[in-house]
Amino acid sequence: MLISIVSHYVSNFPVNTPAIAEIRKTALNAVHRRLNARMVNFGGWDMPLEYSGILAEHDAVRHRAGLFDVSHMGEIEITGPGAQSLVQWISCNNAAKLIDGQIQYSGLMTSRGTFVDDLLVHKISDTHYMLCVNASNQDADYAHIVAQNINGKFDAKVENTSPRYSQLAVQGPRAAEILQKLTPVALAPIRYYYFTFGQVSGIDCLIARTGYTGEDGFEIYFAPEHSEKLWNDLMAAGSPLGMIPAGLGARNTLRLEAGMCLYGHEIDDTTTPWEAGLAWICKMEKAPFLGSDVLAAQKANAHGLPRKLVGFEMLDKRIGRDGYPVDAAGKEVGRVTSGGPSPSLKKNIGMAYVPPGISAAGTDLSIDIRGQKAAARIIPLPFYKRPQ
Amino acid sequence: MYPADYRYTKQHEWVKIDGAVGIIGITHYAQQELGDVVFVDMPKSGTKIKAGASFGSVESVKAVSEIFSPVSGEITENNPLLADAPEKINADPHVAAWLVKVKLDDPKEAAALMDAVAYTAYVAEAAKDH
Repeated sequence: MLISIVSHYVSNFPVNTPAIAEIRKTALNAVHRRLNARMVNFGGWDMPLEYSGILAEHDAVRHRAGLFDVSHMGEIEITGPGAQSLVQWISCNNAAKLIDGQIQYSGLMTSRGTFVDDLLVHKISDTHYMLCVNASNQDADYAHIVAQNINGKFDAKVENTSPRYSQLAVQGPRAAEILQKLTPVALAPIRYYYFTFGQVSGIDCLIARTGYTGEDGFEIYFAPEHSEKLWNDLMAAGSPLGMIPAGLGARNTLRLEAGMCLYGHEIDDTTTPWEAGLAWICKMEKAPFLGSDVLAAQKANAHGLPRKLVGFEMLDKRIGRDGYPVDAAGKEVGRVTSGGPSPSLKKNIGMAYVPPGISAAGTDLSIDIRGQKAAARIIPLPFYKRPQ
Repeated sequence: MYPADYRYTKQHEWVKIDGAVGIIGITHYAQQELGDVVFVDMPKSGTKIKAGASFGSVESVKAVSEIFSPVSGEITENNPLLADAPEKINADPHVAAWLVKVKLDDPKEAAALMDAVAYTAYVAEAAKDH
């Protein structure tokens, strides 16, 4: 049994650990261990997978709140007169549209119009942007951006500032109420995908109204030495309102229900924004940018896209998981990128790449579950939308 | 923790021998490793199973695990509780949440498996890897 847990576990949570790298720890590692969390190597980081259980943590975030340590995420800061031009060149969304204090979801592009990573671009000012990137990609992202800025081409400075930040995510319908207890900053006026600087528990933070759960919530960035105090103060403020610590397991079920992409699953350096259903973050009017010529050609191609990302539901109790083949008319046409039980919707869901000709909602698919065919049907994304 | 009259496999299944009948389940350690169980897939009554061979699966939110039979025989009963309440495996893996009952080919076959003392030592060693 153990062997199969480990192997499937790896398929759900890919590990891209460099062979000789020592496993990295966030400033809250001891806290997670004291809480008896089940720990896992996630992209080279020793992270909590679950504390009380994925279902309980998922439910808490949907109905009350959950507290996530996401300090493994990377931060890259771009400063200087050419900061905006560099951000515009490396990413596919239009950062020129941002006002100070605004955030956008974007893609860090290769010259082939595919994803080096997906990221959140925080505009602090015209001359200062903070990018929040995936943990396991942060070193590659930094090297990629530096290479694009070779010889000071953009008159901008690029710094990997990840070691200067811890990050906590307070997510769920009661997140604002909980965080408000600890900060003089009025949270209600901060709209979704905006941020401000302010103190939480007397500690200087960047307070962003963002998240990876499909719920309302905040992600706060601060100096790592304050991690335990902020964790403890947030738990003390949130526990009476039903907040519990939540791990990467619940983070994955929550983001899957919300139809959000996970790097290494739905997107990677072979997928384009068009294929991934991310046309809304790919703004051709700001071209040229890295890969924009390839993206323009793919968009104009009369034969259409080679594949499209779709959402599906299983039609019986079986579970189509990450990596399982998707069949149509008796042959393999794609793979499940992420799949599993949806705790909120009480059915089994997933995302997969299929040929565009069979990507319409309502199309029947067959998922090859360890050699057995199971019926599935394409349904619109996202699977879950929070009540407004 | 682990019932003294059961026998255990290295893949964390248990078998309780009751005359010519074997009752099979997964251990507390296994349910803990899996986390929240959401689906149990077992073959129907009448299916022959073989000691050491995979015959079904238990799925949790995060993983799927094949189940290997501790003994050889023919399935005579599936636990009706698990169709609607697979999470019982997390709550009571050793008693209420048994998986299948088997008519044993050889009631002495299970004697080769670990007893509770040996299995307890075995999982203590496995837990060190965490």
